[in-house]
Amino acid sequence: MRRLRPVLLGLAGLIVAALTWVIGTTAAQNVFFPTPQTVLSRAAGYWTSPEGRANFASSLGNLLLGLLLAAVIGVAAGLVIGSVRLLSLAVSPWVEFARSIPSTALIPVAFLIFGLGDSMKLFLITLGSLWPILLNTIAGLRGIDQTLLDTAAVYRLSLGSRIRHVIVPAVAPRIATGIRIAIPISLILVVTSELVGSSEGIGFVIVDAQATFKLVDMWSGIVLLGLLGFLLTWLFGLLERRLLRWTPAQREPS
Amino acid sequence: MLIVDHISKAYAGGPPVVADYTFEVADGEFFTVVGPSGAGKTTALRCLSGLMPVSSGSIIFDDVPVTRPLREIAVVFQDYARSLFPWYSVARNVELPLRASGVGRAEARARVLEALDSVGLAGDAGKHPWQLSGGMQQRVAIARAIAYRPRLLIMDEPFASVDAQTRADLEDLLLRVRQETRMTVLFVTHDVDEAVYLSDRVAIVTRAPSRIAEIVPIGLPVPRDQISTKELPEFGHLRGHVFGRIRAMVHGTELV
Repeated sequence: MRRLRPVLLGLAGLIVAALTWVIGTTAAQNVFFPTPQTVLSRAAGYWTSPEGRANFASSLGNLLLGLLLAAVIGVAAGLVIGSVRLLSLAVSPWVEFARSIPSTALIPVAFLIFGLGDSMKLFLITLGSLWPILLNTIAGLRGIDQTLLDTAAVYRLSLGSRIRHVIVPAVAPRIATGIRIAIPISLILVVTSELVGSSEGIGFVIVDAQATFKLVDMWSGIVLLGLLGFLLTWLFGLLERRLLRWTPAQREPS
Repeated sequence: MLIVDHISKAYAGGPPVVADYTFEVADGEFFTVVGPSGAGKTTALRCLSGLMPVSSGSIIFDDVPVTRPLREIAVVFQDYARSLFPWYSVARNVELPLRASGVGRAEARARVLEALDSVGLAGDAGKHPWQLSGGMQQRVAIARAIAYRPRLLIMDEPFASVDAQTRADLEDLLLRVRQETRMTVLFVTHDVDEAVYLSDRVAIVTRAPSRIAEIVPIGLPVPRDQISTKELPEFGHLRGHVFGRIRAMVHGTELV
């Protein structure tokens, strides 16, 4: 019962919010704020049609590929930068500067370099998602316990096994944190990159629907984005719990 | 045979932490360095393990200079919670150094089981270190060291963070394992009783800059026993002697 309580309360909150939405929009009868029933039924219709599926697939594909690229580049670069003290001292000021630039400000630049299309979107998504992963990897490397490294040295682990058995597992929780922070960023950048000069994707559907005054369609895209963000975070949480069972945060008492 | 010849260690720009240690440890001997806290014992030990270069002097083990970790040396650290890999099971923790040093899968597995059995953890091979108590975790670290079959086992205050009863058990476990394996043991502690109880010889070191004040032979009969050995008048004399010297040092520096 005690374990069920947070679930029940969460569910109750959800129901209240949904009811408020239903009652509020039904009472208002405002064209700008359609009722959830109409939004959901339109969403179910549109996002399962071939066109809707193609738009959804385009966004999801860019998002996942961008995140993957950011993770690969961020972890690899983070491990190199974090291992070489001089390099990390030399690099950190401009990393701090570079990551302070909102990635959306680079849309015109990406536009110029890559033109319209997926490469420009991927560039933005990767770039924006890179920083939290890179910085967390560097911090994780810096935080590795000296005793662990001493142990690896005493038992003469080769560089390869040191990286595989000690460094990567020790840094993994921080990498996961970086990716968790990067997920909403990548979602924002997917949509933003689709809002300007694109002809596919969820963001395009929203802005197109708004321009043609199909407000229910617009809302259906927004709801879908919320759902997508929620699902991605939830799935990543599952993966994290599974892979990082040994971290203090995930431990189940035996 | 471990030959420590006039070694000193100073960190960059600082005063020496370890000054002019000289001693030899014979094969199969149990040699303990005891001294007050902050006496640079851990620094000395990191040098002796090959983890850190000395500033001057030399360390030779079986004719090989110890300038980096040697295959013949294993180390058990004080902080078991941080020396075991929490992402691996107990068995995997013990196995990793063996596999990394080229021992085949089948033999490594046999040695892991044997080592875990000899520290009384045969039934916990599949658990993760953090599922075990502190004393059990330190036994995993000891099992890892003995499965590696070093000729010299270096231990840095290994029992400092466990309760008194567990500590006595671990001390006896160590004496038994050492009897079985004939390893040479270089032990560091600030606990006088422990030093006298375990060792063949005890080196008393001063506060930093740490020097060896005296090397005391411990002529107590073997095998040792937590009760009967500690009841011997000789144990009391040795304990009193070592304790007195350390207390004089601590008070000496406090008065300055």
